[in-house]
Amino acid sequence: MKNLIEISKELLQSEQVKVVIGYAKGSANRVRPLFARDAAECEKLLFDARCVQNLAVYLYKREIAAMGKPAIVANIPTLRAILRLCAEKQLQEESLIAIACNNDNEAVVLKNMTEIEAFVQSQVIALSDKDRELLEKIKAMPQAERWAFWQKEFNKCIKCYACRQTCPLCYCTECTVEKNKPQWITVASTKLGNLEWHTMRTMHLAGRCISCGQCAEACPMNIPLHLLPMMLAEEIREIYGTMPGLHRDENCALSTYKPNDQENFIH
Amino acid sequence: MVPYNRLLKKDSLPKLLTLLSEQGRQIIAPVATDGLVAYSRVEAPFALDFDYILPNTSVKEVVFPRTEKLFAYVKSKESVEVTDFNFDAIPYKVMVGVRPCDAAGLLSLSAIFNWDPKDPIFNARMARTTFIGMSCNKSDEYCFCTSVDLGPGSTKGSDILLTTLNDGNYLAEILSEKGEAVVALAPALFEEAQMADKENFLAVLPVKFEKAKIFEKLKEKFDSPIFGEQAMACVGCGTCAYVCPICACFDIQEQTKGNKGSRVRCWDSCGMKLFTLHTSGHNPRNNQGQRWRQRLMHKFSYMPERLDVTGCVGCGRCSRSCPVDMNMAEHLKEIVE
Repeated sequence: MKNLIEISKELLQSEQVKVVIGYAKGSANRVRPLFARDAAECEKLLFDARCVQNLAVYLYKREIAAMGKPAIVANIPTLRAILRLCAEKQLQEESLIAIACNNDNEAVVLKNMTEIEAFVQSQVIALSDKDRELLEKIKAMPQAERWAFWQKEFNKCIKCYACRQTCPLCYCTECTVEKNKPQWITVASTKLGNLEWHTMRTMHLAGRCISCGQCAEACPMNIPLHLLPMMLAEEIREIYGTMPGLHRDENCALSTYKPNDQENFIH
Repeated sequence: MVPYNRLLKKDSLPKLLTLLSEQGRQIIAPVATDGLVAYSRVEAPFALDFDYILPNTSVKEVVFPRTEKLFAYVKSKESVEVTDFNFDAIPYKVMVGVRPCDAAGLLSLSAIFNWDPKDPIFNARMARTTFIGMSCNKSDEYCFCTSVDLGPGSTKGSDILLTTLNDGNYLAEILSEKGEAVVALAPALFEEAQMADKENFLAVLPVKFEKAKIFEKLKEKFDSPIFGEQAMACVGCGTCAYVCPICACFDIQEQTKGNKGSRVRCWDSCGMKLFTLHTSGHNPRNNQGQRWRQRLMHKFSYMPERLDVTGCVGCGRCSRSCPVDMNMAEHLKEIVE
């Protein structure tokens, strides 16, 4: 993708950024994250349909943040994560330069949060067909069947926390599970503990999850755990009419009160 | 006298498993569900399919479970009543379709759990489990067993190793007392074997790096920035440690409710930030590069040096399952060069 490579080289050369966070060829047919700091490394950058990992997760990784201002190759979910992080004061207006890429090899440079916001708002945002199908399948299940489904799935969970570590919105320096005074959530992989962990994480993402689905991509046990926060995101949209990751300065639906909030979920 | 060869016909395997099952053994085999191949308990008629590279999870779960209840307790005003681990309740199991890499990993696990102290629970589970291995006739880009002195037909750690021949029957190598006990159950199923050259039925896997050089290079490069560079993409989850057949680090947790509780042992990972956090607040492995270096050194330096066993069997699971494609073989090759 020459355009992406040229853009990256220019940004580094002009010292507008110190590192370009992007994707490069990985093992077999995979892609992997690349942290290009010179022209030679930029040559490895690419963007195609395999580039789904949400790279926003690296923006607050200490070793990378220490390099200086980054440019980040971004798909739409990554841009939404960036806007949400900005709304939560983890990033500022000029914290980064985004290189928005799509599968048609089009690359657009977005120099600040204002430009990112305008770009994201001009896009059509929808779940993938695969996710929509899965979501509808589970929604159609009667409650008992749904509960059995999730119990079976979360029985597989090995508590590796790949879901948490790859989620751009899980940035707490001390996660709730890491507190042991008191031990809120069981550390070990147990039937109940696994359900507690995923339920807790879903609730902590309510109103914040931008539905990138990378938590499930990362899961080594193929659990479709992204469906829980995705489902919640849909419900919040229905009830409050808001979607996270569209504004650089937005509140979180569940910590904002408006006088005309519906309360029809209280029975 | 072990080792010796027999021929196990294709149809004889389900018959053997049925017999073992009737003897009260649980039969555990890899089962594919929704793209995930995992070791699961299977029942008759034991229609097993071995057409996969490797199960996603490793065989260590059977002898070193994700969560192991060590003992339980009930506290009252006057005393504490402790219920110790029930060794008699450990089921007898037969694992089928264990790849040679996984089986070899058991030897390394045994070394860790018999170093100091000798772990009675691990040893009891090992004693009651028989491992029927299945050699590999194919491999993928992530496999590198031949680079760590193993191979697709290695007998290490298996009680019986099966190799699929052209006609679908198995060459059965009987390798241990436990293996002999299985043969003794149904000697008619284990027929005389023709001299088969096993090599003809194994995957061909070229060596990717010189293992002997790694030991020196790791020591030499201890302070090198290469570890930080390689670990740049690492997000610090526990996936690689948990899918690894040899990683045995564990945490001890109390699970309590009111006056009752139990002490459990559960998997832990050196890749996680909290792994070496001291109560003082100091963390000697404060960045991911140091944690990555520790992973490599533990497997390729400390374990061979102190326990005289390999810390890696080249199964490639860590690389296959890593959400950010940290490729162990690639990184090792880079360090050696």
